[in-house]
Amino acid sequence: MSIFIKTRHRQGSFISTSSLPDIIFILLFFFMVSTRLRDTQILVNVVPPAASESQKLEKKSNVSYIYVGQPLNTTKHGEAYRIQLNDRYAETGEIGSFIGAEKAFRLPEEQKNLVVSLVADKRVKMNTIQEIIYALRQSEAFRVNYATRKE
Amino acid sequence: MAIRRVPEINASSMADIAFLLLIFFLVTTQMKTEVGIQRVLPPIPDPKAKIPEVKERNLLKIDITRNDKVLVNGSATGTEGLRDRIRFFVANNSNDSALPEKKFQDIYPLGKVAVSRGIVFLKSHPEASYETYIRVQNEITAAFQLLRDQLSKEKFGVPLASLSDPQKKEAIRQAIPAMVSESEPEPMK
Repeated sequence: MSIFIKTRHRQGSFISTSSLPDIIFILLFFFMVSTRLRDTQILVNVVPPAASESQKLEKKSNVSYIYVGQPLNTTKHGEAYRIQLNDRYAETGEIGSFIGAEKAFRLPEEQKNLVVSLVADKRVKMNTIQEIIYALRQSEAFRVNYATRKE
Repeated sequence: MAIRRVPEINASSMADIAFLLLIFFLVTTQMKTEVGIQRVLPPIPDPKAKIPEVKERNLLKIDITRNDKVLVNGSATGTEGLRDRIRFFVANNSNDSALPEKKFQDIYPLGKVAVSRGIVFLKSHPEASYETYIRVQNEITAAFQLLRDQLSKEKFGVPLASLSDPQKKEAIRQAIPAMVSESEPEPMK
């Protein structure tokens, strides 16, 4: 009995916060590993078409992006739909060299499985899409992902 | 010798520094899961190679017109009925002579299965919108997904997504191959 009485009367016990930085660091590392830095500034306005059967994109490190949409700054760049590769506007003729560059810094076994994600606005005309798809086939990037949004 | 006491480093600000870093990463990174319809494109055909002949009964032609209308074998249909139309065409449960042929194949571990030779042929007008195209692609994906789930339930009792054995998954995919063909774009001027 005496033991309990002693503890009850002890005073000045407070929660130790010395492990708090460690907990926060673990959280920090978790976020660093599970997320991806915003590497490209998106210059086009994209509203992807809706689809119910869409699948999740696996292995994000092996994905290249092609954006198609209306420029954000329509007064400066016009209202026509543009293609964006990396950080600038491009033409369909440049897709070949873009894929070449994307493949160049990947391992040979990854190069075959390179997925090109086509993030295109729903109002884009099919001829733009067909030109891009044809250029991808020419540069032997056969795996594509048509980016959609969940219904 | 006098015992020198090591001065303790005040670590209370460590948590604040770590919090700042954490918030920085939360703001600059994106965790958005990207979704989409995945396809494997065919290589560009050799101009000298002969185009393989496909029997009329094995083809389901889907056209997207310039006004975003969807035609199946020349007659207008909405995208709602498309899913069942493709399913009905590929499955050919009644062994109709106007619907695709079937080839019997031995696929382990399914055993002997009738593999449909039906091909969905999609042709879209250059002026059609991407939205309609994706809607049609979505219906095609859904049709094949439903057929695969049906076969998977029949053979293993669970839908395709619940199968854990990659060999079984592959077998289901082989038994119902997603045969989708797209028209070559018109030569550019």
